[in-house]
Amino acid sequence: MVLNNIEKLIEKYENGETSLKEEQQLKNYFSQEIVAPHLEIYKPMFAYFLVNQQEQFTKDVPLSTKKVFNYKWISVAAVAVLMLGIYLKSTVNDDLGTIQDPELAFNEVSKSLEMISKSFNKGTSTLGYLEAYDKGASTLEYLNEIEKGTSIIFKKNQ
Amino acid sequence: MTQKEFLNIVMPFKDKVFRLAKRLLISTEEAEDATQEVLMKLWNNKEKIEDYKNVEAFSMTMTKNFCFDKLKSKQSQNLKIVHSNYEDNNTSLQKQVELNDSVHWVSRIIEDLPDQQRMVIQLRDIEEYDLDEIAQMLDMNNTAVRANLSRARKTIREKLTNTHSYGIK
Repeated sequence: MVLNNIEKLIEKYENGETSLKEEQQLKNYFSQEIVAPHLEIYKPMFAYFLVNQQEQFTKDVPLSTKKVFNYKWISVAAVAVLMLGIYLKSTVNDDLGTIQDPELAFNEVSKSLEMISKSFNKGTSTLGYLEAYDKGASTLEYLNEIEKGTSIIFKKNQ
Repeated sequence: MTQKEFLNIVMPFKDKVFRLAKRLLISTEEAEDATQEVLMKLWNNKEKIEDYKNVEAFSMTMTKNFCFDKLKSKQSQNLKIVHSNYEDNNTSLQKQVELNDSVHWVSRIIEDLPDQQRMVIQLRDIEEYDLDEIAQMLDMNNTAVRANLSRARKTIREKLTNTHSYGIK
């Protein structure tokens, strides 16, 4: 009776029509020591399935929490640097000192103004070379005359 | 999602991922690498994990695709994955398998099956998934899964019968 049932199940099994529950029945049957001789063939098959169910993955998986670089912090750093710069500038460059005595102050001012005008003059003196350039440009005016000449010739040709 | 929550989700099926990878890649080392890779990918996309309807089925599909990619790249390099499980951590398991020579034959026969059939056999007879689930994982329809399953089972039985009665491979 049981054997009959198993045979039917085997047939269904080979057609891929058994349910999981029926397959479990088959697995149970074939895990017995003794099976019907003509069904002996199926025994290693089911034994193999059972053994393979137990294989396990033993390797570790390194689950590193990958840190995503947050670009927001760049702006924070930039603001910090900017604030630091402003702070340093406002403290260091503020006070150059004042001269109390008016005469001394006048002298100092005229001295520094003189220095400015001196170096300014030095700069303008080098610009004298520009005159030579003007001279060169004036000689080019002869070219105009040549042009006049050629225009006359062309007119004649027309 | 913390590491612990993630592990709670992944732990129940990580062995299944590994076994499927091993079924496809055959080599234990390759399968371990593949499993690691798949789990890492899941971890990196952990924000999206809640959106998946069935994480397990999704992972199995991912494993399948990953293994196929791997096999393809090996093929294009003109290299074959050599089945060389020299040192096996689960020696007891291996021994258990080899104790019975016929059981060993079954593994050889399954190795020779086409990829589709191998996967279907793995998912159904070893992992005991529902046919619909398998169809979803392998992106096939229900009938195709059934047909592959039936073909694979019949092939295994025929080849086993041959080995038994004639002692040929």
